[in-house]
Amino acid sequence: MSQRMVNILVPVVSVILGLIVGAIVMLVSGFNPVAGYSALWNGIFGDTYNIGETVRTITPYIFSGLAVAFAFRTGMFNIGVEGQLIMGWLAAAYVGQAFEMPTGLHAVVAILAAAVAGGIWAFIPGLLKAKLQVHEVIVTIMMNYIALHTANAAISAISDGGEKTDKIYPSASLASEWLSSMTQFSRLHWGFVVAILAVIIMWILLEKTTLGYELKSVGFNKNASEYAGMNVSRNIILAMVISGMFAGVGGAMEALGTFGNMMKMTAATGIGFDGIAVALLGANQPFGVLLGAILFGALKNGGLNMPNEAGIPTEIVSIVIALIIFFVASGYLIRLGLEKFGKKNKDTQKIKEGK
Amino acid sequence: MSFLDVLYFIIPSAIFYAAPLIMTAIGGVFTERSGVVNIGLEGIMIIGAFISVIFNLTFADKLAGWAPWLGLVVAMVVGAIFSLLLAVAAISFRADQTVTGVALNMLGLALAVFSVKMIYDKGQTDSISERFGRYDVPVLGDIPVIGRMFFHDLHMTSVLAIAVAFLAWFVIYKTPFGLRLRAVGEHPVAADTMGVNVTKMRYIAVMISGALGGIGGAIYAQAIAGNFSALTISGQGFMAIAAMIFGKWHPLGALGAALFFGLAQSLSIAGASIPYVKDIPEVILLILPYVLTILALAGFIGKANAPKASGKPYIKGKR
Repeated sequence: MSQRMVNILVPVVSVILGLIVGAIVMLVSGFNPVAGYSALWNGIFGDTYNIGETVRTITPYIFSGLAVAFAFRTGMFNIGVEGQLIMGWLAAAYVGQAFEMPTGLHAVVAILAAAVAGGIWAFIPGLLKAKLQVHEVIVTIMMNYIALHTANAAISAISDGGEKTDKIYPSASLASEWLSSMTQFSRLHWGFVVAILAVIIMWILLEKTTLGYELKSVGFNKNASEYAGMNVSRNIILAMVISGMFAGVGGAMEALGTFGNMMKMTAATGIGFDGIAVALLGANQPFGVLLGAILFGALKNGGLNMPNEAGIPTEIVSIVIALIIFFVASGYLIRLGLEKFGKKNKDTQKIKEGK
Repeated sequence: MSFLDVLYFIIPSAIFYAAPLIMTAIGGVFTERSGVVNIGLEGIMIIGAFISVIFNLTFADKLAGWAPWLGLVVAMVVGAIFSLLLAVAAISFRADQTVTGVALNMLGLALAVFSVKMIYDKGQTDSISERFGRYDVPVLGDIPVIGRMFFHDLHMTSVLAIAVAFLAWFVIYKTPFGLRLRAVGEHPVAADTMGVNVTKMRYIAVMISGALGGIGGAIYAQAIAGNFSALTISGQGFMAIAAMIFGKWHPLGALGAALFFGLAQSLSIAGASIPYVKDIPEVILLILPYVLTILALAGFIGKANAPKASGKPYIKGKR
């Protein structure tokens, strides 16, 4: 079996294993897995409203997945997507409600503000990594909680002690009456177009530019890159900032599209952490991330239908997603299995051919 | 309120809030010392909190005052079993430790909330009737000033947590087991050459962290929260990781850091009624532990160095 084939099969096998173990969990808990999964299916594709909401859920996952994947490709682990997304959400919500601008331009400015906010939030761990060799995992986790509490305090300040910011002006909104009416008044908005653009931008950046080549090179081998004349610490910081910008724009999708404002939160949104799953499943390739986001976004949104239709708590979907991560991360085992399987096939083939 | 009154009020409360952090942070010290990064402590705490509350609610009638203590034991066992997922994936299957830890967090929360909804048909449990009690320590409590500060209204769980921290220090630094543990985390190849079973040591360390994390969650649920919902444990596991790093991967350092973070937590909750403190914006106290941890990592408050082999799977025969 070719290496390429194995690389594609590992995520596929993981998803299937995750769904099987999920079915076993349902069975053990006294639920009917067939009813559960058909409720999940209906929650994703049941009617146009569900399809609209599914696409809406997928949109921020694309961004958080891209953010994690971009960092991975450049040799870093950004667990801080959650915090960068929160800061981007805050920035977009603020720009959307504080200024008045022409329609369209306003949305663009708000999205750029979100990108800058996410980028700044990622700049700190990037700087610490580049200049002081501090491992980015712990710093980004800490930055998540700092973001959560800071954003809550900022929302309080912006809204004079309120629990949420004012609604953004329609000029900044990504919401569309046309999309909404087409999908039985779901919250579907234009964000998915921005997300697909982001996928293409990341692909071009990584595969077609000198900058992308340098970023990947530094991630792959710092010393060799330095020897080749690249500025290692600049590239590390830049990689982290770009990753944070993707996350920030993901937050803007929530601010300008789904909610139209930002409310105080007691815990992280989870979108950033799920982004790790998305990136992992998509093998850190931009178009792989798109597929991963479609799968997890669909699962998350479809899962909301499971309590109504089958009486199964929606958390079963999170269990399945966590299991999929386990299986993808333990890819070594699946690879081993696939290789053995492949060898056996080859052996039997040889015997058949009489060799 | 005089300054002394403030201390009488804030110190017991700081120790009270620190107990779950101490337990979990010590658990973190064990795994990281063996070379396994355990980001999944949050998920382990959630499982511990969940199982202890369920146990407590189910057996409160029969066990009365013993219910929270047995809940603690159950949480310890279940936490250790749950952490095996990390051990198997990260040690045997060479999975990325951080990714597996993140999966553990997701799985812990999802499993716990799924089960609560299944058992109680709602998102959170009822409040437990049997909580951890407070005691006034005889003799020591009669010492002027200090007695009232440290030995009045003391939770036995806090005493247990501090005792575990000292025990951990003894185990890690004064026993052959501890020496092997540290060797495996610093240089697994050398340890393996000397006949130390790297895989076994790492499995044990991860399970100890699971046991202590489970206890930490159980203390939080049964002493502070009083019930279980999706939001009972939100960030305490990560704060414990922060305490471990701020304490420089040393059990007593982690103890001190956890006590300090407990102080910050109790100030952010009770600060409004204390002079001076009420003038500090709440957000400063809330983010203080995390900011300090970043500063510690950056070397502004003494350099914090992780064990050398931390985060790398050990593959026999590979250099």
